[in-house]
Formats: sequence, C-alpha cells, structure tokens
Amino acid sequence: MYRTKFFDHLILILGAAFLIGPVVVALMTSTHEAAEIHRQGLMLTPGGHFVDTYEKVLTREGGFTGQVTGLRMIMNSLILGLGFAVGKIVLSMLAAYAIVYFRFRFATLAFWMIFTTLLLPLEVRIMPSYEVVSRLGLLNSYTGLIVPLLASATGTFFFRQYFKSVPDELLEAARIDGAGPFKFFIDVLVPLSQTMIAAVFIIMFVYGWNQYLWPVLMTTDESFYTLMRGIKQILQVWIGSQIPDYNEAFALAVLAMLPPVAIVVLFQSWFIKGLTESDK
Amino acid sequence: MKRVQFSSPVLPYLFLLPQMLVVFVFFYWPSVQAIQSSFYIEDPFGFGSTFVGAANYTDVLLSPEYQKIARFTAVFTFLVTVLSLGLGLLLAVKADAVIRGASAYKTILISVYAIAPPVAGLIGMMFFDQHIGPFVKFAAWFGWNMKVGLSYFDTAFAMIAVSVWKQIPYNFIIILSGLQGIPAAIREAAAIDCRSGTRRFWTVILPLLAPTAFFLLIINITYALFDTFGIIDVMVKDKAADNPITLVYKVYLDGFRGNDIGSSSAQSVILMVVVFVLTVAQFRFIERRVHYG
Repeated sequence: MYRTKFFDHLILILGAAFLIGPVVVALMTSTHEAAEIHRQGLMLTPGGHFVDTYEKVLTREGGFTGQVTGLRMIMNSLILGLGFAVGKIVLSMLAAYAIVYFRFRFATLAFWMIFTTLLLPLEVRIMPSYEVVSRLGLLNSYTGLIVPLLASATGTFFFRQYFKSVPDELLEAARIDGAGPFKFFIDVLVPLSQTMIAAVFIIMFVYGWNQYLWPVLMTTDESFYTLMRGIKQILQVWIGSQIPDYNEAFALAVLAMLPPVAIVVLFQSWFIKGLTESDK
Repeated sequence: MKRVQFSSPVLPYLFLLPQMLVVFVFFYWPSVQAIQSSFYIEDPFGFGSTFVGAANYTDVLLSPEYQKIARFTAVFTFLVTVLSLGLGLLLAVKADAVIRGASAYKTILISVYAIAPPVAGLIGMMFFDQHIGPFVKFAAWFGWNMKVGLSYFDTAFAMIAVSVWKQIPYNFIIILSGLQGIPAAIREAAAIDCRSGTRRFWTVILPLLAPTAFFLLIINITYALFDTFGIIDVMVKDKAADNPITLVYKVYLDGFRGNDIGSSSAQSVILMVVVFVLTVAQFRFIERRVHYG
C-alpha cells in the first residue's frame, strides 16, 4: 500500500513538474537581461531585472507606428475577453429562453439554424468571414473583433440544457402568481442560473482572451492589437537581430497568461463545473 | 420540452433575434460564400471570376503538396490525440488514487489549461531555441543535432511536444471528474471480487470511462486540427516553405498569403466535410449517452 502511494505521487510530481516547469522557467527568465540569457540559457532562479523589463514592456511604445504599449494590449485583450463573455451570455440566454419556454411556429427550425453553427469552427470559414467583416467596414474595430466570434451556439446549447433541467413547477407557480415572461425570466430564471452564468463567464472569458487567429487577421491598426497579436509581432521583429529580446518576449508571454491562469485557479470549482457540464 | 410554456406572437422572435442576426451574418453568409467561391477562380487583380466547376477540388486533391500536408495532419492529429489522452489518463488515475495533495496537483494542472496556444508556442520556441534551448542541449548529448525551424522532422517533433503539453490538462480535468463520478459502491464491489488493482482498472474502471473517453477523442481531434493554429503559426513564423504545417494552416496561407481564394475555399469546404462527419459522430454519441447514461 505504502509503496504504491509512493509511486503514484512520484508520477504525479513528475507530471506536474513537466507541465508547470516551462511556465516557471518563463517567469524566472523574464527577470534576467537579454545578454545574460543569451550567454547562459534559460533560468530557474529570479534575476534582478523584474521591474525594468516589465516596465519597458508595459509602457514603451513599440511596433511599426510606435502606438502600441503593453498596457494598451492588455486593455484590448480585456475588452475582447469581457465583451465576448458578456455578449455570449446575453445572446445565448435569450435564445435558449425562447427555445425552451415558448410555443411558437418555426421553433424547431430556429433550433436547427442555431445548432448547425456547432458544426463549423471559425477556422474553416476564416477567408469568407474576413471578407464579410471587411465589406461591413468592421475591420479594426471592437465590434468586428468580438461579434463574429459570437456566431457559435456553444453557450445557447449549454443554457438550453440547463433550462430544461429547471423543474416545470416553478413556471406553473410563477404563472399562478401572475408573472409574465419578462418577470419570470428576470426574477426566477436569472437568479436561479447564477452559478451557471458564472461558470460560462469564466470559460468564455478565457476563450475570448486566448483568441489568436481572428485578431491576427482583423487588426492591422496597432492600437487594436491584443496581447496574442503582440506575441506574433515580437517574434517577427526578432528575425535578424543579434541578441533577441528574450526577456521581453518572456515578459509578454507571462502577461498574456497571467489573467486567464489567475481566473481559472481562483474560480476552480465553477470552472470545472462549466467544463464538465457544458462538455466544451 | 416543457409541459407549460408561454405563448406570445412576438416575444420568442424578439428573444431569438440577436442570436439569429449574428448567426446569419457571420456564419451562414460566409459559409455559403466559401462553398460558392470554391467553384470559381478569382482573377488575382480583382477583375471578376470564372466558373470552373470542380477544378479547384481536383487541383487541390491531386496536388502532391496538399497530399503531403494531409498526411502530416493525419500523423500529427493521431500522435497529439493519443499522447495527450494517454498522459492525461495516467495523471488522472493517479490523482484519483491519492488523497493527500490531490487538490494541489489539480490546481497546477488546471493553470496550464488556461494558457493560450500561441503563448504555449512561444514558450516552446524558447525551449527548442538554437542558442538557449535546454531541449536542444539535451538532445545534443545523444548526438541529435536538433534544428527546429530548419529541419522538417525536428520542427514536427517540437510542434507535437508543445501541442501535447498544452492539451494534457484538459484531458486530465475531464477524466478526473469522470473517475470521481464512478459510484463508490461499484468500486467496493469490484475490490471484493478482484484483488489486482491493475485488472480492476482494465475490466471495471476503463469501460465505465468509455463515454468520457469517446467524447474526449472527438474534442482532441478537433483540437489537433484547429486549435493548434496558434502554436504552428508561432513556431513556423510564416516561413512555411520546408516546415510541417496542418491543413487549416494551408487554408490560411493560400487565402491570405497566396491570395488563391478559389483553392483556399475548396480546402475550407473539404475541412467542413471532415468536421461535419466528426460532429455527427459526436451528436449521435451524446444522444446515446443521454438515454443510457
């Protein structure tokens, strides 16, 4: 018994080290100077340049036009993550409410129209999506960044499943008390769904914050760059430089992963609930 | 469906309107356009387009380059799926077995889940860097002169390693919650009948995990096909010439770098068919699980 537990822990410790190791190394290396990293390789201990490297990455204006700072990119990523999460929750709760709680013609049609979107991820229709957005004049705008990403039914599917599990008696009781559709939604259904909303919010925020391909295509104006777009940028500047700014690249990577990691770790139980119950 | 429902002539349509609008403009319109332009060859200077029937499809499918990329995508998807599922399963089973420290392991693993693919790609790049990469130095001990970004095989190796690293935590979380959903009574009954823990795992626990495993299989295939875009883009840095890339990356290259819209659209449609088949399999399966699970 004792022996098997020892091996279980050994495997778990090795696995955890393999997974978290690169993250720790990235954090540590970002606090050293580029020349030092170039000479000695990646670091496992903290260096003395935490403040100046991060200050530089956060506030220095870089890029081709000299408009974009790390702070600006953090703000854009936040707008994308929050906008996406809120938009997704509002759209999908309303749609799921209509589908589950109303009797109307075309209900089945609407259901299938929405759920077909689960079939094709944005990546396979990326070219025409870009053209549509450009024809609508939405390139380099927050609307163009967020709204096309909302065209998928994951959230609606999730809330539909949840609403279906809400006992019918609640609606019956509410109707006896004279509650209409709006009152029932706002006073009964929304408060009841609080944990679900929190779980979906966390998953969607992380998903939005981590978006890469769409922001890379959409934003040619540097003032709309997100952190993910900035990572592509910093690597492109690299090619041809004598000693690449390893420390700044790592600092950018740390900034890009900090918020989603913090949220997921802090709200772990909600997050796991959302992951396992939404099945996505 | 609900026994009692509201009926209103306007309200349901009003509630559906925002979602429908977004879905129409940003899903149906582009999808129809992709299918349409896959039958045309667009003039590179933007002066109209010519109908060519299925020529784009035959050109793509017969091109040796596309076949090579398709083969790599298949190998890549297979390895990423098998390795990340296998390692996720191993860690989940161990985390389920230990009591002390289980939540600490869980927290560590979950934090890696939240890292975006391009960030994973960037960190991976550093670990496989010519000058500072510890993996390159490690490989050199065994006489392996690793040149990620230059050698096809080495780049493929690094890509797979990073993609697996990024996906293990997700598999771990889902499998662990699947394991914890297995009723204690079943475990106890199995423990009375059979003393060997290994045998119990293969004959009792694993079959009970089968629904979760199948669901994860599809999710992992989708991940390897599409979500690894960020990793690949960061690792090949637009120099796709002799580097391994996946089919989705090829759609992007031909569409945005090569401006070959007809061919890119045809490739999109081919991928649509692949995803369609995968999703139908997933839906049929979820249906089954709802009935018997």
